[in-house]
Order: sequence, then C-alpha cells, then structure tokens
Amino acid sequence: MRYSIFQVLKEGLTGHRGWRPVWREPTPQAEYDTIIIGGGGHGLATAYTLAKVYGGKRIAVLEKGWIGGGNVGRNTTIVRANYLLDGNQPFYELSLKLWEGLEQDLNYNTMVSQRGILNLYHSDAQRDAYRRRGNAMMLHGSGAELLDREQVREMLPFLNFDNARFPVRGGLLHRRGGTVRHDAVAWGYARAAAALGVDIIQNCAVTGMTIENGRIKGIETTRGPIRAAKVGCAVAGNSSRVMAMAGMRLPVESHVLQAFVTEGLKPVIPNVITFGAGHFYVSQSDKGGLVFGGDIDGYNSYAQRGNLPVIEDVVEGGMALMPMIGRTRLLRGWGGLVDMSMDGSPIIDRTPIKGLYFNGGWCYGGFKATPASGHVFAHLLATDTPHPTAEAYRFDRFRTGRLIDEKGVGAQPNLH
Amino acid sequence: MSQINRINSGGGLIDRSKTLSFTFDGRTYQGHPGDTLASALLANGVRLMGRSFKYHRPRGPLSAGSEEPNALVELRAGARREPNTRATTAELFDGLQADSQNRWPSLRFDALAINDRLSNFLTAGFYYKTFMWPRAFWEKVYEPTIRHAAGLGRLSMQDDPDAYDKGFLHCDLLIVGAGPAGLAAALTAGRAGAQVILADEDFRLGGRLNAETFTLDDGPASDWVAATLAELAAMPNLRLMARTTVVGAFDHGVYGAVERVADHLPEPEVDKPRQILWRVYARRALLCAGATERPIAFANNDRPGILQAGALRAYANRWGAAVARRVAVFTNNDDGHRTARDLLTLGLDVAAVIDTRPDAPPGAPQAIGYEVLPGAQVIDTAGRLGLSDVTVRTADGGMRTISCGALGVSGGWNPAVHMTCHQGARPRWEESIAAFVPGADLPPGLSVAGAASGTFSTAGALREGAAGAVAALADLGIDCQPAALPRAEDAPVTITAFWHVNGKGRAWLDQQNDVTVKDVKLAHQEGFRSVEHLKRYTTLGMATDQGKTANMGALAIMAELTGKPIPEVGTTMFRPPYTPVSLGTLAGRSRDEDFRPRRLTPSHRWAEEQGAVFVEVGNWMRAQYFPRPGETHWRQTVDREVRATRSAVGVCDVTTLGKIDVQGTDAATFLNRIYCNAFAKLAVGKVRYGLMLREDGIAKDDGTAARLAEDHFVVTTTTANAVTVFRHMEFCRQCLWPDLDVQLISTTEAWAQYSVAGPRARALLGRIVDPATDLSNEAFPFMACAEVTVCGGLRARLFRISFSGELAYEIAVPTRYGDALMRALMTAGEDFGVTAYGTEALGVLRIEKGHPAGNELNGQTTARMLGMGSMVSAKKDSIGTVLSRREDLDGPEPLRLVGLRPVNAADPLVAGAHLMAQGAPLAAGNSQGWVTSAAFSPHVGSAIALGFLALGDSRKGEIIRAVNPLGGTDVAVEVVSPHFVDPEGEKLRA
Amino acid sequence: MIIPHPLLGPRDAQEFVYLGDACLIDRPDGMAEDSADAFHDYVYMRDNPAGEHRELWYHEQGDRSWLVVTRDTVTHRILRAELASDIARQRGRGR
Repeated sequence: MRYSIFQVLKEGLTGHRGWRPVWREPTPQAEYDTIIIGGGGHGLATAYTLAKVYGGKRIAVLEKGWIGGGNVGRNTTIVRANYLLDGNQPFYELSLKLWEGLEQDLNYNTMVSQRGILNLYHSDAQRDAYRRRGNAMMLHGSGAELLDREQVREMLPFLNFDNARFPVRGGLLHRRGGTVRHDAVAWGYARAAAALGVDIIQNCAVTGMTIENGRIKGIETTRGPIRAAKVGCAVAGNSSRVMAMAGMRLPVESHVLQAFVTEGLKPVIPNVITFGAGHFYVSQSDKGGLVFGGDIDGYNSYAQRGNLPVIEDVVEGGMALMPMIGRTRLLRGWGGLVDMSMDGSPIIDRTPIKGLYFNGGWCYGGFKATPASGHVFAHLLATDTPHPTAEAYRFDRFRTGRLIDEKGVGAQPNLH
Repeated sequence: MSQINRINSGGGLIDRSKTLSFTFDGRTYQGHPGDTLASALLANGVRLMGRSFKYHRPRGPLSAGSEEPNALVELRAGARREPNTRATTAELFDGLQADSQNRWPSLRFDALAINDRLSNFLTAGFYYKTFMWPRAFWEKVYEPTIRHAAGLGRLSMQDDPDAYDKGFLHCDLLIVGAGPAGLAAALTAGRAGAQVILADEDFRLGGRLNAETFTLDDGPASDWVAATLAELAAMPNLRLMARTTVVGAFDHGVYGAVERVADHLPEPEVDKPRQILWRVYARRALLCAGATERPIAFANNDRPGILQAGALRAYANRWGAAVARRVAVFTNNDDGHRTARDLLTLGLDVAAVIDTRPDAPPGAPQAIGYEVLPGAQVIDTAGRLGLSDVTVRTADGGMRTISCGALGVSGGWNPAVHMTCHQGARPRWEESIAAFVPGADLPPGLSVAGAASGTFSTAGALREGAAGAVAALADLGIDCQPAALPRAEDAPVTITAFWHVNGKGRAWLDQQNDVTVKDVKLAHQEGFRSVEHLKRYTTLGMATDQGKTANMGALAIMAELTGKPIPEVGTTMFRPPYTPVSLGTLAGRSRDEDFRPRRLTPSHRWAEEQGAVFVEVGNWMRAQYFPRPGETHWRQTVDREVRATRSAVGVCDVTTLGKIDVQGTDAATFLNRIYCNAFAKLAVGKVRYGLMLREDGIAKDDGTAARLAEDHFVVTTTTANAVTVFRHMEFCRQCLWPDLDVQLISTTEAWAQYSVAGPRARALLGRIVDPATDLSNEAFPFMACAEVTVCGGLRARLFRISFSGELAYEIAVPTRYGDALMRALMTAGEDFGVTAYGTEALGVLRIEKGHPAGNELNGQTTARMLGMGSMVSAKKDSIGTVLSRREDLDGPEPLRLVGLRPVNAADPLVAGAHLMAQGAPLAAGNSQGWVTSAAFSPHVGSAIALGFLALGDSRKGEIIRAVNPLGGTDVAVEVVSPHFVDPEGEKLRA
Repeated sequence: MIIPHPLLGPRDAQEFVYLGDACLIDRPDGMAEDSADAFHDYVYMRDNPAGEHRELWYHEQGDRSWLVVTRDTVTHRILRAELASDIARQRGRGR
C-alpha cells in the first residue's frame, strides 16, 4: 500500500480498516542467501539496499528484541555531513544525500528536517580548526559558513552573550544538517525492505556461528539454526559480543551514551546547536521537547543506563549556553550502548572468515550514517569489495596507521 | 468570586482562617494555605484548566498529585514563568499567577480544537504517511505548521533569575515517601539511632493518610501523623525532607533528589536557592512511594470533572474542595465505594456508583445513601467544557443518563514501582491486585514497602514499613525492633480487572498526548505490538506525566488484542527522573561566569592594573595583550609587543605551562622512556627539549626537561596538556614500571614562571638575579638551568630556554612571589624599555620562529610531520616508538611542517585555509595540506604562516595557494622554511 | 558510582578518571622482533566483555593512585579494587 494524503483521507473516512502491518512477521526459513544480524537502522537499511539496489534475494534481518529498539530509537536524531577528514566526509556526504531523498525513496515520512547545525566556537584555536573543517566541507561540496559573533547573535539571540565564562565568538554553520524522526527511520526501512521480500525476524537472538574451513556456513539462534552463505553483522554496542562468536577481537569498546528530552515547549530553538566550551548539543523536536546530549559516561558498559554526574555535566553546558532553559524540565533520559572504536571512526569490512562481514565502531554517531551505512554495507555484502566511499573504513588501518581520528585523541575510545 | 465548591462543613488540611488571593487567566480567585492551585480552582468552581496536546480537548485535573497529565499551567510571570507546571502539585501562595497554555485565543475558545473535529484523520502515526509531497514543503510548510501547533507551554526566553544549589547527603537509610509505610519505617529506624532521611514529594508529609478518613487506633489518622512527625522532627539522627522528590536510583546506592525550597513562595528568599539537587549516598533505601490510581477507558472519559476516584475524595477530604456538588463513581473495585462514602459523609450528592462487577457489594440506596449499579458501565459522557451527564449501560442492557458534575473513576491502583526499575529490573505481574509489583533484581540496597510493593491496606503498609526498616538496618548490622504501630484498616483488595468499555466513541488512555483505545488498536493492526513500538508509534506515555496513568491500560488492551497475558506483552522501562526536573536544578551554580572555575596567573592583578585584555585558555585567564593609550586596534598593540621583545626585552607570564617535578634515582631512566628522544645522558644543569608520543606514535605533547640534580628533573608541558601529561606519567610510573625509583608531583601551581626574552634579557636579569650567579654566556649558556636566588635571597629557578628565538630565559619563583617578581622585572627593566607581552605576541613570536604549538600538536601529528623524525630514538623502547614507525600516519603523501609567505606581501593569511597547487580546481582531492597557524609578522613585514604540506620539505621555494573558500580568499604563497627569524639560532645562543 | 579505594575507602567515581581495560598494564617489549604486531594488539584490540571487566581508574582528584577495578559491565557492580602497581608487579612488571 502506498502512503499518501489521499490514503490517509480515505482510511479516515472508512474507519481505518485498510491499514496493514508495516512489516511482515515471518517465521525464519532454514536457509537464506544473506543474513543481517541486527534489526537496527543500519541492519534494516542494509537489507533494503541489498534487495533494492543489488537485487539480493532470500535476505533475513535477525533482531534479538524488537526492531529499532537500539540506538536508532535512542539518539538525539541529528544528521550532518560536517566532518574534517577525507576518510569521513565523502561517506557522510553520501549519507546526507540519501537522507535528502529518503522519504520519497521509502514512501515513509521520516521527517528529514534540514534546519541547520551550528557548531559554536569560543577561541581562536577553535575557530581555526572550524575554518579548516568548513573549508574541507566546501571542497567536498557539502557547503559551510563561518559566522562571527554578531551573525550568531542575530540567528540565536537567546544564547548567553553577556556573562558567559567562555563567550561565543562565532560558529560553523552547516545548513544541510538537521534532524530526522529516528524511530521512523527503522520503521520506514523495515516497511520498504519487507515489501521487497526481506524477512524481518524479531525476538531472534544469535547464539553462535557455524564456521567451517574459515568460511561461514550459518548461525545458531534462539529460534534454531539458520544456514547462510553470507552473514553481515550490524549490532553496534554488541559488536564485540557477536564477533566473539566467530573468535574475533575488535578495536572497539562498548560505552553508554545518555540523551535527554525536556517537556514540550512552544518553538524556541530553530536549529541544532553545539556548545564548544562544554559537552552539550541540542535541538527541539517537532513535538516541542528539547532533545539534548553530551559526553558518554566514559566507562565500559553494557547496561544501557548512565549516572547522575554526566546528566549534571550535560545540563551545566546547556545552562551555560542558554540560561533561559532553567525553568523547563528534563522529562526523560535514556542510555544507548555505543560501539566506540579506537580512532573514533567506523569499520565496514570483510573479516578473516569468508562470508562474514562486519559493520560497527560507530561511536556515538551511527544514526546520521544509517542510509550510507546500509548502502555501502550492502555493496560489500553483494560484491565482496568495499564501496568506494567507505574504502577507509577497514580493519587494517590500525596496522598501517591510516587512522581516521577526527578528534585527535588516539586509541582511547572514551575520549572520541 | 466566592469559593462555591468549598465544602463548608469544615475539615481538611487547609487553614481556613487565612485567605490567599491568586489569578488564573487573569481572573482573581481566593484560596487558603494548604491548597494547591488545582484544589483552590476546584473550590472556586473551576474545572477547566487546560487543553490537550493534539486535539486541544478541554481538560481539568485527572489527579491530585504528580501523575497529573491535564492540568498544566504556566506558573508565575516574566522571567520566572514556568511552563507545564502541574496545578495539582503547585502550592498556593498569595499573589500566585497562573495562565493556561497551548490554547489560542483563550482556554474556553481554542481555535485548534478544530483538530478534534479532524480526529478521524489525525490518528496515531498519520504523519508518517503523508506530508511527503512536494519534498521541499516539509521544512517550509508542514514542519513549521506542526511545530507551531505542537509544544505545550512557553519559555520566557529570559535568563532564569533564580539560583540553584547542589548538596550531598549520606545516610544509613533513605526512605522514599512519607505515607504510612514510610512513617512506620522512619519511626523504627529513627528510634534505632540510624542515620535516616525521610523524603516526600508532597509539601505535607503523611501520604495517602492526608487524603483519607481512616482512623488509626481510635483517632483520626491526622492525629497519629502529627504525633509521629513531631517525634521524628525531634530526632537528631533523622532528616525530614518535605517537598523533596527522589528522582532516580543510580549505581551503588546513589540517589538523586530534588528539594523545592522556594516553589511555594512568590520568589526565593534573598540568598536562598529555588531548588536543591541532592546527591544522596544511602547505604540502604526503602521505597514507600505508594501507588497511583489508574483510570478506565470509556468514550469521552476526558472531560473536566472526570477524575480518579481517589483524587475526587482527596480533594474533598484534604482540601475541602468538591469538584461538583453532584457526583458519581465508576469503579471495578471496592476502593471506588470508599469515595462514594466519603463524599456522602461530606454532604455531597452521590448520584450512583457504577460498578463493572456483577457481584459488586450491594446496598440499598436508603441504607447506604447512594445507588449501586452492579455490572454497569459508563458508555459516554456529555458536557462541552465540563462534565454534565454520564450515560450508563446497566447490567440488563438498559441505558440511563445520570446528571452529575464530577465522575470518580477507579480502575485499580498501580504500585509506584518506577525506582525499582531504574537499574534495569522488570516488575512482576500480580494477579490478585491486577497490577505490576516490584520484581527481582532491584537496585542493590533498595527494598520496597507498602502500596509500592502492592500492599494496599493501611495496616499492611504500616507493618511492611516497619519490617522493611528492620530488615534494612539488620543488613547494616544494626539491630532494632519494629515500632509499635497503631490499629488500622486492613481491608483486602477486591478487584476484577476491567480496562476499557467497548463502544464507538473515542476512549482516552493517555490524556495529555491524546492516545485513545482506537490508536492502540490501529497500532496493533499495523504491527506495532511490542510495548516499545506501541509507545513510540502512538506517543503513549511520552507526555510530561510519563504515562503514569496511561501505560497500564494500553498494555492491557494490547494484551487483549494479541491474546497474550499482560506480563507477556511486557512493560516499558522506567527511567529516571521519576518526575521531571528543572534544568536549572541539574546545573546548579555552574552557569554564566561560574560555569567553570577561573584560574588566574600570579601576574593577573598586575596585568589588570595595566589594562590588559584577557583570554580564556582552558580554565586559565591569560593576558592576551596590553593595550596602551592611543592604540586603536589590537594589532597595533601586538606588533609593538613583538617589536619590543625582538629589539629590547619582553616579559610574559608562562606560569600556565604544566610543571612536573620528577625525582628519584631512576628519574633519568623514567624520562628516557616517556620522551621519544634521548634523555639518559642529559647533564646536570642542562635543559633539553622533549617530545612525548602517545603509545600510538602520535605526538602527545612537547616541553622541556631540566636536570637540576642527578636525581631531580623539572619537566614542563604545554598549558593545554598539563593534566593529561601528568596522568600519563603516573600511569607509566605505577602501571608499567612500578619498581622504578621515581616520584612525581605537579608543581604547576607552586611556581610562578616568566619568560624574559630579547637582546636585553641578560642585562635585565642581571638586575634581578643575585650576583652569586654568573649569567654570562659562557657560564650560563643556551639550555643551561640552575637553582638561583633573586632579589636578595629569594630562591628561584632559572632556565635559559627560548620559545621566541631570542636570547631568552624563564625564571620561576614560588607562586606567592609571582606578583612581586613581575613588578620587580618591570621596574628593573624600565630603562631598557621592558615590555610585557601577552599570548597574542607570544603566538607571533613562536610562529616567526617556527615552533609548533596547539594548532600543530593537535593529536594528529607525528614527529616526522614536525620535522623531528630523527629525534625518535630507535635505540630505546620509549612510549610510542614502535607504532610511530607506521609511515601511513603522515598521510598518503607525507605531510611536513613548512613556512608560508604570501607572494603579494599585502595578502592576509588565515589558519584553516587549505593548500593547493596553482591552477588546481577547488576540490577536496586537490587539497595538499592546510595552514595551521597564521599571524602578521612585524619582522617579515607581511603575514606569515605555518602549515602542513604534502611532501613539504622538498618544496621550498614553490609557489602554491592558500585557499579559504569560507572567506572567499585564494592567496598565492611561497613555501619557505618555518624559521622566519634567525634560522641558524644565533640570537638565542648570543 | 562509588569505587572502594583500597587505601581510602569508598570514593565517588567522579573523583576518578577512566582509562580502559587493565590489559594496558601488559605493555609489550618495544625492542622485540614482533613488536609491531604486539603493539597493534596492545594499543587497539580489546576483549570488551559483557560481564566482569578489569579496568584502570586513576584517582586524579584524590591520592593519584591508579587502580585496577573489577566491575561487571552489565550491572555496574564492583567486585573489587586494587592498586594498579600491585597488579603490575604480580604481572611481572618491575623496573
């Protein structure tokens, strides 16, 4: 069924009897050509692209819980292509282009809102770094503007310009960045993938991998063994657990990243703002809540929950930047299990086991990558060669030194 | 206006002897101390207090507590306006101003109520299916319209004028909730001498006892509560905290609590905070948070006047406020009948008790005072802005319309298990009370008592509270006996689960977000069947009340639809905070200028006297430049400071550089391992530049190490890395080589340090350093160091090192003499034209000399890129050496540090420009590097810059471009040596 | 979180700085033949277990001890905390 205003009107007049499940709930087959482990945004996008672009058949997405229940459903909804390094920016530019056409592609309103992202700077050194980054963005065709203090004040007069500990001196504006309704991304991909014949199997946890002579033969699940010639793993914070079933160690640590939303408010914040002198970024959802986040808690965790000091630290940043938010209230917080890699950039690559592919190490930034991640991972699964825009995302970069360390903090995941 | 619905028979816990005046939507009303805004408005006959989120339906309070979804107002005015404030918990004070929100033009006539007419089309998730065409309309038309219509209250857009504090509390036992269970626990633990905190979100302790007409022993419950509170208040080991909500259970017994210190006042008292965020370290905690009554879903169950049955009687019993004079009750359990009895006793007209149970307790109207309709259901209601009638289908299928202004609804009670789930535990379904109760795996140290554990009788709550305290203290090795408890009602729970009335109309589950039974059915039809999908798709439970009254009903309906038992459908996770917390409270004092501490250098006061302009460098404030009268642009000042330093002598406060004392017989060995260059053989009295790598081979920091004695070094770090370098050195010392004889201490704050640079530096220091020290070039050459005395005996350290490329020294004295030394230097050098220079001039000087700083050492740089590849010793195993050998670290074409000079001397250069070959199109693939630092060089007479350029060391003399598309500039530059000044180093050795 | 410091008793985790897996104590020999491989694994590869994890915490706002804390990454329960220098010695590290 095609979604449209006419369909909504028609169903509204006929008692909504015509709506059908957004995705099918099949029982798992004994064998598939390709299995994607992980029914999050990346896994679903991969399955969709594999079926749509690469003509893949007999594809299953296995999800241990409910699709979209991980990071795609618990993030601050920001999409952007404002990276510095050559290894990253083309990939995120591809992602942004895919976001820009996503609704029409999926026939699902994921509410891609290109409201702009403003990274504030507070020192000359920060300005210089942003200038380098902004110029890189422009050279990559992504667009950028460097604003001075007065231009920022005109755009966001409510920021603390008068008695700030770290005065705002300007900002790097990325107009094409913005937000996307995160849950809708999972549902939209699931719907489109299911329509192309992909089996989305929920409540099916992987418990083991069958590997013979260095080649994947299938996997064990809580719903029985399933054979497959190709298996792709896209499980974010659980990457180490799943890949350990294949005997692999990863350059990844799992951490918790908290995010928060306030009670609903009439529109106050027009775009996405990041504070440069603390750890705080914010946007306002269409429903009215201020959606914000900051640093990861900083210790290895699989608990999907964080602690009070980080909540305080994040809100301190918010109050320092805009003391007008003091009287609104934090409504909800949640913790996401993020796969922090050793250089802060993802890995999309073959593994030493033939037929087993890995997609992970997204740190706290996997959401914005969803469409491109699906795109290039599907390419890898279909062709066994890395997609040109993701060639840098290989395991071997840690050996060769071709690292993609945007923040320049080295092999310490909790600093990325 | 008179309080037409105040029950005049007296009673209640309000002070009728005093009258408070307040306004709602501009109209003035009266209430009494002890009222909430909601109770006072109800007493004044006002039921309509808000509008719902989506359909803009007229709404009144559903509850009398913090679970309230409907009665949200903007409280106070001006900068103190506080949106989305629950009228049901806002304490009344004289002069209170409240305004309704999310309506236009008025609460009674809201234009967006049109949405209610369109509700057939605005069902759950409709927006995912439309608004996609044309593409550009989302940002331009659809989204702005939706955003404008959505949202609830308005922020004032002004800075919050109030202060907030944070505090830390420690206790043996934290008791959350001061109802019967909490009070019994507090008595028990308090009498045992344990350190106890008893916190309750209400401004009046007593919990449900305040709202009921129970007797304890033979007197009113209020007598026992008062006596108990008096005893507790007198205990020095017990802290009573009213108006304090425990909002979260965090790891290892840390609880977050918010105390509303001044929300019941027009504004905080002078020098007092509005709220305090307490971090409570509790060895044990007992959750006595009670239970929340849940509604039943039926058509048009959201009209003002329809409340939880328990809230209806709470308003009457506690606040003497009748929601209406004629009321009815709709229930599936015995507790609903309690409401009818209480209201009847207070003289209200109870039209009927509609009980879904065919076996409802019978009673002839003549005998009990009201009619009971067993097996009956409310199938619809009427009344545009407030309830006027309910339509009832009786057990025999007949229809009756009952006129009433209030309907109390009871679908049973949900234990407040929220905090038991804050660390991932799931609650357990308990069929006997048709509710979830605390499950296994509670947060360590937390136990539950009373209604929160599913024990609903007063006697049961008292018993469990006392027993809970005994058990918690026994855990801590404190023996005690349960407090003697009063006799209390011990009625069993009799309930037959009933969730929703089947029928045609819309029946609300989540009243704030307008989620109806139909929406749940639609979600099921479309495959959103797990609880998480249901919530996200329909927005159920996402409103400011966090689904406290909504989620259970929706879950039950989903269970019906899927044919699964409720516990198999699941529960949603409860996460902190229990109720929403003001952002101001979470930030505390860390805002504005106090966001982070301010570190001042020893010469700060002197610099202020000179009119210096300061700049934030991390947490430090450093003098950026020292403008003099007549200088109209900062560049004039900086150029003067640079020239003066190069031609005479300049002084700069460099105290912010990290300083680490390294002592021990293995100190040299240690430094030899943490620096990539050789240190083992550094002579005493000498300084060496050191480059520190991270273990991954990237440059971590640079600085100097001065050997003051065989077993004593002083290491300096950059300002930015002072803390992390010290941390790293301690890691190496303790974790890698624990048996080396080496000790570290950070002395950054202990020594004030000044750079004295320029041709006259030696002459100037000659007037400061005591004559015992020979400063001649032979006796104290470049890279010498010594412990000396200055100004007639003050111990000091002198290092002949240079960041500027000039003849230069750094001189350090104990910090408390730093101000005096600055003044002494400036006085002594007056006739040399000694000039203080700030960080700007410092930057120019070091760029002219080609020294890397933060912009070059940005965590992505190798020694080779800096031109220091040969420094990395291959003969030893120092941190980072092995992985630094990976040549790809330098980029696909090795980047090297170069100097850059504009071909046209008038052209400016900016850091962040990219370097490209002449004629190359503006594309990322053509970027060959970037400008790291740029400045105007008075020495060169043009802009100069440092940068990293692909194969840069073999391109000297080449003309390339510095392109800055952001600024629209594209400048031809010549690649030169990074050493613009004195490349042979003659000046600094002079 | 609260860390049971072996010398100072229970201290708020906010006083500490976290580094990562305690395997960072086992720094390979930089002069060995296979040092490139050994350092690749040492610097980059992690077990990242869901469950018991031995990890390094530094008491920066305290006595500057590096601790090895054994903590469950699923429940955050702390099983023990030891001085890293003791552990380092146990693991054969000295001078």
